[in-house]
Amino acid sequence: MSDAMFASARSSDAPEAFDDTQPRVVDYLALLKPRVMSLVVFTGVVGLVAAPGSINPVLAVLAILCIAVGAGASGALNMWYDADIDARMKRTRGRPIPAGRLTDGDALALGIGLSVGSVVVLGLFINVLSAALLAFTIAFYVVVYTMWLKRRTAQNIVIGGAAGALPPVIGWAVVTGSVTWQPLLLFAIIFMWTPPHFWALSLFAKNDDEKVGVPMLPVVAGLRETRKQILIYSLLLVPLAVSPSVLGMAGLLYGAVSVILGAVFLGLAWRVWRGDDLVQPRRLFLFSILYLFALYAALLVEKVVGLS
Amino acid sequence: MPLSEEHKKRRARNWAIAAVLLALVVLFYLASIAKMAGAGDAW
Repeated sequence: MSDAMFASARSSDAPEAFDDTQPRVVDYLALLKPRVMSLVVFTGVVGLVAAPGSINPVLAVLAILCIAVGAGASGALNMWYDADIDARMKRTRGRPIPAGRLTDGDALALGIGLSVGSVVVLGLFINVLSAALLAFTIAFYVVVYTMWLKRRTAQNIVIGGAAGALPPVIGWAVVTGSVTWQPLLLFAIIFMWTPPHFWALSLFAKNDDEKVGVPMLPVVAGLRETRKQILIYSLLLVPLAVSPSVLGMAGLLYGAVSVILGAVFLGLAWRVWRGDDLVQPRRLFLFSILYLFALYAALLVEKVVGLS
Repeated sequence: MPLSEEHKKRRARNWAIAAVLLALVVLFYLASIAKMAGAGDAW
C-alpha cells in the first residue's frame, strides 16, 4: 500500500516527547481539507435551497453538517492514502502527515469514523437516499479516484470529478427524497467544470505531478494537448451552465451571470489554448473558482429572494 | 506551577473536543425534537 512506504515521524510506541510534532486541533482540521469542504458545503446548500419543498431548519443544518463532515472524511482518507506522494510534492509536503504531526493511522481512523458517523446520522435523521448518495460520494472519491484512478490514468480528474459534483444532488435529496433532472444538471455543471479547473492547475504544477508519477494530462499527453482539452471542456461547460435558465430552472439573474462569466471563461480558455505561458492557465484556474461560485450564488440568491 | 507550552496545547485540544461534543449533543437533541414534531404533524 502506498502509505506503507511512508515513514511517519511520530511512531505510536515513541515516548511522549513534547515537541513541535505534537498534533494540534488545526492539524486535525487540516486533514479535512477545509477549502475543498467549503465548496462542497456551498454547492450542497444551493442544492438544498433550490429544491422544491421545505425542511425544518435544524434538520437542514444537520444535513449540511453531515455533507461537510462526509467531505472532510474523504479528505482525511485521501491524505492517509496519498501520504507517500504528498511528502514529495512542494505543494503538499506541509500537510499534517508528511510533516510528521499526525500519523497515517490518525488520518485513517478519523476518516473512517467521520464517514460512518456522517452517513448514519444523515440516514437516521433525514432519509436513506441522501445517506446512500453521501456514502457513494465518499466511496467514489476514496476508492475510485484516490486509490484507483489517480495514479493510473490521465482521466483521473475527469471521472473522479463525479465525487465533487454530487453535493448539490445530496442537498436536493435531503429536501425531496428524490433525484430529478434539475439536480443532475447541477451535477453536470460541476462535472464539466472540474477538468478545465484542474488541468489549468496542473499546467503550472506539472513538475510536482511528474516527480511523483501522477499521470496528469500535461505529464502524459503534453502541454499542447492539455491546452486543447481545456478549451474543449470549456466549450462544453459554458452552454451547459447557461441551460438552467433556458430550461426554466433558473431566472434572469442566473442567465445573465452564466452568459457574461461564461464568455469570460471562454476567453480565458481561448488564451490558454493560443498561448504557451503559465500566466493564462493561472488566470483561468483562479477565475474558474469565481465562476462556479458565482453561478451557484446566483441560483441561491434567486431562490432566496424569489426571482425564480 | 505554570503550565508548559505542550500542556497548554493539550488543554486547548481537550476544550475543543468538549465544545464539539457539547454542540453535537445540543444539535442531536434539537434534531430529535424537530423530527418528532414532524412525525406528530404526519398524524
